[in-house]
Amino acid sequence: MSDFFGQGGYAGYVLPAYAISAFALALLVVWTLGAYRKAKARLKNIGAP
Amino acid sequence: MSFLFEFANPKRFMELSGALLPWLATAAALALIAGLVLGFGTPPDYQQGDTVRIMFVHVPAAWIAMMAYGLMALASIVGLVNRHPLADLAAACAAPLGAVFTALGLVTGSLWGKPMWGAWWVWDGRLTSFLLLLFLYLGYIALRGAFDDETRAARAAAILAIVGAVNLPIIEFSVQWWTTLHQGESILRKGGPAIAPVFLWPLLFMALGYTFLFFTLWMLRMRTAILDRRARTLMLRGAQ
Amino acid sequence: MNARKRRRLAFVTAILLGGAGAAALVVAALKDNVLYFYSPSDVYAKHVAAGVAFRIGGLVEKHSVHKGRGTEIRFAVTDGQKDVPVDFKGVLPALFREGQGVVAAGRLNSSGLFEADQVLAKHDEKYMPPEVVDALKRSGHWKGGG
Repeated sequence: MSDFFGQGGYAGYVLPAYAISAFALALLVVWTLGAYRKAKARLKNIGAP
Repeated sequence: MSFLFEFANPKRFMELSGALLPWLATAAALALIAGLVLGFGTPPDYQQGDTVRIMFVHVPAAWIAMMAYGLMALASIVGLVNRHPLADLAAACAAPLGAVFTALGLVTGSLWGKPMWGAWWVWDGRLTSFLLLLFLYLGYIALRGAFDDETRAARAAAILAIVGAVNLPIIEFSVQWWTTLHQGESILRKGGPAIAPVFLWPLLFMALGYTFLFFTLWMLRMRTAILDRRARTLMLRGAQ
Repeated sequence: MNARKRRRLAFVTAILLGGAGAAALVVAALKDNVLYFYSPSDVYAKHVAAGVAFRIGGLVEKHSVHKGRGTEIRFAVTDGQKDVPVDFKGVLPALFREGQGVVAAGRLNSSGLFEADQVLAKHDEKYMPPEVVDALKRSGHWKGGG
């Protein structure tokens, strides 16, 4: 575990690279899914077949 | 009659993508988990130490950024030439995704460049042409938003996407054409990959995961756009 | 293929060719400006004047590194043909070592010494665990530096 948080002294670069990637991709997923659900709900409200 | 024909394709797309989506999303999750487990289990690189792990998020992001642009340009060509109703939608839906992957490629590259090269950023051929890719995506998105008329927006944006595709080979070959601080090609290189298998496997799994994730999100955005358009059509019809 | 579609295809081909042509012209016009650094051989061949800012790149020549007072350091950059002495005062990147790729930004002084304001490390495209490198060195198959 200390290995993981140490990253051979480069933790300050390695972990942010992963954290930023994970955060951005997670946000992208949430945003995309949110828009999709909203579109589905709107269509339902209009009373589409 | 032509209306029916146009509606048929998005309908078929909805069926097909609906069946494919759960599989794609699962594949993305599995590949990413495998990539992360393998990636944090590697030994450090002989020169770059543990920063080699940044490669597993940097390289896939850069690959997808370029692939997404290629797909966007292809869809733009089909949209412009064939006037296929789905093609323009596909191009428009790829742009914001491509922009995010491009930004991730830039940020993770910066976090790798500082400890290894000694600089967050340099204006060499590779980095500069890749920054141009981000501006092309942003320009595409801005151009689409600048027109009230959707057909005109699509046409103008498609032309930008196609002209900008010239930047893709420039990014790819920049490290061969010019002297750059960015190193040369590691995988598609004469004499085979220069990456030890222990680093190559996590890279391939992460790249697969990013690819599946991109296609999952792309399909979802296209489905959203189709549903929105259907809702608009129904509202217009109801208002009449 | 009907006439309209053919016309649109011609239009797309034209913008693709136009874009590629324009890019080729820009790239050709930029030529040397796009180069991030010059090799020591380039520096000799071009007779770069003293005081002109540019970047020099190559390998840190083996046994050429001499530490001065404080953070001052002197080393030679080589491309195997020619070498240029470099003087630098400041923070070196972690990858800086003899036999390793390096890019220095600065200018030549009147006696041909390159006075660098910044030294960056350039690594190659090879990625290997240390054990593999040791094994390669033991078996005599190691071709890299460092």
